[in-house]
Amino acid sequence: MTAIGTKQATLTRRVIPCLDVTDGRVVKGIEFVNLRDAGDPVELAAFYDREGADELVFLDITATSDSRNTMVDVIERTADQIFIPLTVGGGVRSTADIKQLLRAGADKVSINSAAIANPSLISEGAEIFGSQCIVVAIDTKRDPETGRWIVYSHGGRKSVGVDAIEWAAKVAQLGAGELLVTSMDRDGTRDGYDLELLEAIAGAVSIPLIASGGAGTLQHLAEGLAPGRADAVLAASIFHFGDFRVQDAKEHLAKQGIPVRP
Amino acid sequence: MIAIIDYGAGNLRSIRRALEINGAETVITSDADVIRKADAVVLPGVGHAGHAIGEIDRRGLTPAIRETVEAGKPFLGICVGMQVLFEHQEEGDTQGFGFLRGDVRSIEGAAKLPHIGWNRVEATETDNTLDEGYFYFVHSFVANPTDPEDIAATSTYGECFPVVVKSANVWGTQFHPEKSGPAGIEFLASWVNEVDRATKERWAAGE
Repeated sequence: MTAIGTKQATLTRRVIPCLDVTDGRVVKGIEFVNLRDAGDPVELAAFYDREGADELVFLDITATSDSRNTMVDVIERTADQIFIPLTVGGGVRSTADIKQLLRAGADKVSINSAAIANPSLISEGAEIFGSQCIVVAIDTKRDPETGRWIVYSHGGRKSVGVDAIEWAAKVAQLGAGELLVTSMDRDGTRDGYDLELLEAIAGAVSIPLIASGGAGTLQHLAEGLAPGRADAVLAASIFHFGDFRVQDAKEHLAKQGIPVRP
Repeated sequence: MIAIIDYGAGNLRSIRRALEINGAETVITSDADVIRKADAVVLPGVGHAGHAIGEIDRRGLTPAIRETVEAGKPFLGICVGMQVLFEHQEEGDTQGFGFLRGDVRSIEGAAKLPHIGWNRVEATETDNTLDEGYFYFVHSFVANPTDPEDIAATSTYGECFPVVVKSANVWGTQFHPEKSGPAGIEFLASWVNEVDRATKERWAAGE
């Protein structure tokens, strides 16, 4: 007990598993643990919660209107048993979509293509629901000729032609509470996060940054979370395939002096 | 029955479930009469303090909230729901309910805002019932209580600020207990116990 607390920095860096969901099922279920149904997002969410995940992300990768209703059911069932923050993304196009997901039990929504098509969705969402629940996802790839990072939409299929660093600064100004930045160059490579990209974005905004795309080892997580880079790391395959447990990641980060929730 | 006030803020499902697994009966409501009849009230909160006060007022819930507090019933404000229990609010330059003395202003000394994530909570000398540990925060503003004895716990981000406040029947948390895993569930269990105790006392007093 202290009279007025200590002055040391105690905010921890976050480790966030991401589940790709389509029609209520996880696309790449985890097979290495004994779960009744390794493709059930609710059961996987509960598993990662027990493992010490700091937050969870559900990404609806089809996001049709039918699958939206299925997703709402998944969120409701998850929120009934998981008491850590849940972000839901995929096909969020309007403030009505945001409201539906939050009412179901999501704490934040991740907006990607719709924010590009209609940037005022960010400011309207922030005004109605608060900045804290508006995560803007930026998928980006480096242009080998200019060396600049270019924003892509529609799951990375369409170049928007916009500079990612400028876009990050703009969405922060519009009221985004966090950025989720995916390097398409690194995604799926397991070569590590694009650290230059993280540094460039972190230098351009003063809102928290979640790194995504490329994590293959625990050291990659530590590199992404070094000062001046990301505040949180999103990872899918390194956890889903059972190469590492979330607790391994936390222990590795703690050994490097990176503050984590035990 | 614990009434959870619905004024259009985000996720109310998690706080309801977190209270229910602690054995509480709950109702999510924007009906002033339901609030008046409840044994205790939770004011959840995300978003903008000025907007929250406006939405509560627009639904005609302010008198019922005041009556609940004045009747001595347990009242818990969470995050923005805690901030609006104080007096002046920098966010929206507006007045809060004033159940707690002090103002609410932006966090000073932080490189990044909002303060998002799990941070360590330390109990103060005025309250040793809280289990210290990590709780989940999402906010850019902090309360600045006039009475230091109202502060039951603090955290540090840029500066040291109160994260649990208690003044008689009015409690508030800057963190989200419903999003803070087992530590948060434990905190809510202690509040549900307090609700049970206060409700029995009210019955014994013949109400």
